[in-house]
Amino acid sequence: MSGQILKVENATMQFGGVVAVDNLNLEINQGEIVALIGPNGAGKTTAFNVVTGVYQPTNGAVWFREQKIIENHPHGKMKKLYKGQHAGEYPQVLAPTPDKITKLGMARTFQNIRLWKSQTVFDNVLIAKHCRSTSNFLSAAFRLNRREEAEQRRSVEALLETVGLADVKDELATSLPYGKQRRLEIARALAAEPELLLLDEPAAGMNPQETDELTAFIGQIRDQFHLTVFLIEHHMNLVMGISDRIYVLDFGKLIAQGTPAEIQNNKRVIDAYLGVAEDA
Amino acid sequence: MTKRNKTLFTAVVLAAALAASLLVDCFLPSYHIAVQVIQKATVYALVAVSMNLLNGFTGLFSLGQAGFMLLGAYAYGVLTIPVDKRASVYQYFDGGAIHFSVPEIFSGVLGETVGTTVGMLAALLVGGLLAALMAYLIGLPVLRLKSDYLAIATLGFAEILRAFFQWNALGPITNGSNLLKSYPAFSHVTPYVVLAGVMIAFIVLLINSTYGRAFKAIRDDEVAAEAMGINLARHKRMAFVISSFFAGIGGGMMAMYMGTIAAAPFKSSLTYEILLIVVIGGIGSITGSVLASFLYIFSSEWLLRGLDAGTFLGINAPGIFKNGFRMAVFSVIIMVIVLFFRRGLMGDKELPDLPDMLRNGIRKLRAPGRGKEAGK
Repeated sequence: MSGQILKVENATMQFGGVVAVDNLNLEINQGEIVALIGPNGAGKTTAFNVVTGVYQPTNGAVWFREQKIIENHPHGKMKKLYKGQHAGEYPQVLAPTPDKITKLGMARTFQNIRLWKSQTVFDNVLIAKHCRSTSNFLSAAFRLNRREEAEQRRSVEALLETVGLADVKDELATSLPYGKQRRLEIARALAAEPELLLLDEPAAGMNPQETDELTAFIGQIRDQFHLTVFLIEHHMNLVMGISDRIYVLDFGKLIAQGTPAEIQNNKRVIDAYLGVAEDA
Repeated sequence: MTKRNKTLFTAVVLAAALAASLLVDCFLPSYHIAVQVIQKATVYALVAVSMNLLNGFTGLFSLGQAGFMLLGAYAYGVLTIPVDKRASVYQYFDGGAIHFSVPEIFSGVLGETVGTTVGMLAALLVGGLLAALMAYLIGLPVLRLKSDYLAIATLGFAEILRAFFQWNALGPITNGSNLLKSYPAFSHVTPYVVLAGVMIAFIVLLINSTYGRAFKAIRDDEVAAEAMGINLARHKRMAFVISSFFAGIGGGMMAMYMGTIAAAPFKSSLTYEILLIVVIGGIGSITGSVLASFLYIFSSEWLLRGLDAGTFLGINAPGIFKNGFRMAVFSVIIMVIVLFFRRGLMGDKELPDLPDMLRNGIRKLRAPGRGKEAGK
């Protein structure tokens, strides 16, 4: 169970004059837990949004399971417009929407919780199974997909049992306490059956005890679902305790990478991030 | 109530509705006001439910309902006018361009009664499919828009369609700005109730399926829905096309009970009426839409008629109760409903929840302030 699962190659994301992500390169191997850290506004979430197809990068490519899934180039858009004789000289343009990327096997959570408010805990997770269902609207309406539906309901029950939300499954998602909402978002992402789980600040707003629980939880689901985890986080306890490797981003640029021990002793990281009092 | 009791309750209510419509057909003549009210209300119920599917469940604020109804109505009329009546209907257009009638084709094969019915249903279906096709086409550019912008674009589309159907150059088909008439129609209420019932049942089944859940996810949070693998473009288009299909069929049924078709009744005010019904009934409640359309049509067409005619509830006051007073009272009633039922009559509850809602309501009246705990 090794081999590369995600590769980001020269990813640049530019909004007008602002370069939010500048020539980012990173690789994640199967089964790893990799963290992306950096001060506020460093471009971490933008990098996530590029990988999950929310933004089309200005330049660069993303590979998933050694298959190119996203690619753009300053000339790439031209190629889309004019399929002229020089078109072959430019690289391909690949800009799948987020739903296609999720179907490939990548699921994410959000920095600010985005649960479906009017739905119960159970339905929130069940809806994430929709992308794995094979029925069309007619067969679904006439209940010809009964077996698949029952199968999905069973697996959602099991999943809620695993993440410890089985006792609140009929409550509205928004009525849960904050920590459980975070947990539910992770459960929902798991329901989409990903190989790579992207967590955008999973411990944001959590107290130290909740953070410790979350750390254990991430490790537990990684082993149980054979996942690779890519996470953005500010809680250094969590990051240092759980990550196999860490990438550090500052002003859109990658300034360091390595194991937690290496990062803790990296001069540039300390200068940019850990050493600055107001960020800690 | 247990789940089994709820199912039982639903079955009893539906059976009662069917029995009531059969009784009405047995004992009341087809010109009776009750027949008119029920026919109109079932049509409005179907269209309101189709609008609710789009506005209430998928969160797409569309105001194109009247346009799709117009398509359905015209398709129905054009396809079902008997061949020997075409000369008089299309008198300004040399008998029109179409020289067949779907019910007559079917009655040639299946016999008079069955053939005509099948032909009428086929014409309704064609109307629905036409509306669905049109929805697909205009959905391509329009569904990229959000909220108010989508509403304005669809509203504009419906208005353009209305003007287009009155265009003289299309006269041989649409009869220009003249009426289409003399087409066959169901004169009883049961066919309306059954037709609308079956189609509403389909929408309910769809909403409770995996696709319905996906629609609700899009309504609640589009970004999360897309991130969880729901193809936004495809699902929005699907909801739009299905909703328009049923609006088209509703338009055909509306043509049936009106007896004549012109483009004029399919103004944006028709869409607003339907929107009003959806809001009064509860955005996101099928039962609410059905209930509200019956209440709306019943009170506007029957109960409050006296307010325009001089006598209301035995009070004779021709000085006050004259033309237009009905609408004034009606507006006040609607405002009161909106004030007391902030989320519509049903909120997002459905028929099986009704007994519990009533019980809680009574409990709340008896002991104010304690209804909420009792509700759990």
